[in-house]
Amino acid sequence: MNQQHEIAIEIGGTPILFRTHDSSFREMMIDRYGGFIGFLSRPTLEFEVELVTPSGEMESEEDAQVEMRDGLWHFRRGDFRARWDPGAGRGYIRQSANPYSVDSVLRIVHSLILAGNGGFLLHAASAIRDGRAFLFSGISGAGKTTISRLAPPDVVLLTDEISYVRREARGYHACGTPFAGELARVGTNCSAPVATLFLLGKGSENKIEVVNTAEAVRCLLRNILFFAEDAELVEMIFRSACDFVDRVSVRRLTFVPDTRVWDLIV
Amino acid sequence: MSEKYIGRSSQIAARVLGGEMMVMSSVDSTFFTLNEVATAIWQAADGRTPLTEIVVRNVCDEFEVDLETARRDAEQFVSELSHHGILLVSDHPFDMSAGPVEAA
Repeated sequence: MNQQHEIAIEIGGTPILFRTHDSSFREMMIDRYGGFIGFLSRPTLEFEVELVTPSGEMESEEDAQVEMRDGLWHFRRGDFRARWDPGAGRGYIRQSANPYSVDSVLRIVHSLILAGNGGFLLHAASAIRDGRAFLFSGISGAGKTTISRLAPPDVVLLTDEISYVRREARGYHACGTPFAGELARVGTNCSAPVATLFLLGKGSENKIEVVNTAEAVRCLLRNILFFAEDAELVEMIFRSACDFVDRVSVRRLTFVPDTRVWDLIV
Repeated sequence: MSEKYIGRSSQIAARVLGGEMMVMSSVDSTFFTLNEVATAIWQAADGRTPLTEIVVRNVCDEFEVDLETARRDAEQFVSELSHHGILLVSDHPFDMSAGPVEAA
């Protein structure tokens, strides 16, 4: 009756363990995060998941609120409440048995972990071609899913929605994520050094243009996922964005939605 | 018109990249790119040097701009950045680490 069921979700090489009393919830997570199931033996952090009956209080559509109080991160949205002790590496989630709440907690936790290490989550599709990763960033409607859908067979799709950008000693790596957009397809769990960040736009011809530094930083900052209104973290993100633009080529990619656009991505 | 003193807020992040000064407020995440003249004013904003002196020394002399034009542009720049808490403004000299002291 009180048996615990565990599952580790590993994104960007960071395994996070979830523990629940509900075996069907674990099965649902296995279905959702297939290629991202990690080793239970070495989690970076652990969350206890308490499943509750959905109530009116938990159905509102408020934005996620993330704040640090007394050394603990507190996350809340209409559909979940969570806290995380970064020092102890432990946390707690209270939600109904749905896949979206834990998905949001994963995004928030990874954005905080990455911020502390010079990386970030980005509103971007990403893919690997010839051992190099390309990011395609833009707001909804810019073409992230379209360019993912047009990718030829030699391209490994990392995500069509949320890219995971990790700072490494010699540059940046893009890692696959299970965070899917309209393509409704989990990304591939692998990584490669980032070659170029493309700022996406649809147009009447395929072309790549140089972007000046300030515009590159501005667009990057606009598309980085950031939940916490925390001055220290805002400063970290700013420094990460500047460092990224200093090291990685940023270009504007205007494209016609057909497969020829991938002729430019080399 | 009374003199103004300007200082850089401690609640910002700034970096020169590609020859441009970029400044971001860590309070409201507003992001600014400063041109050469604005950068010169920004870098001279120590809380102790009168704005007029900064304009004369760091703008008029360096960029060959007449005082009236330079002062007007500087006032506008200071107003915009102070609105976002990126620059601190006072009628009196102040220590940047402590911020300006409000008049009683």
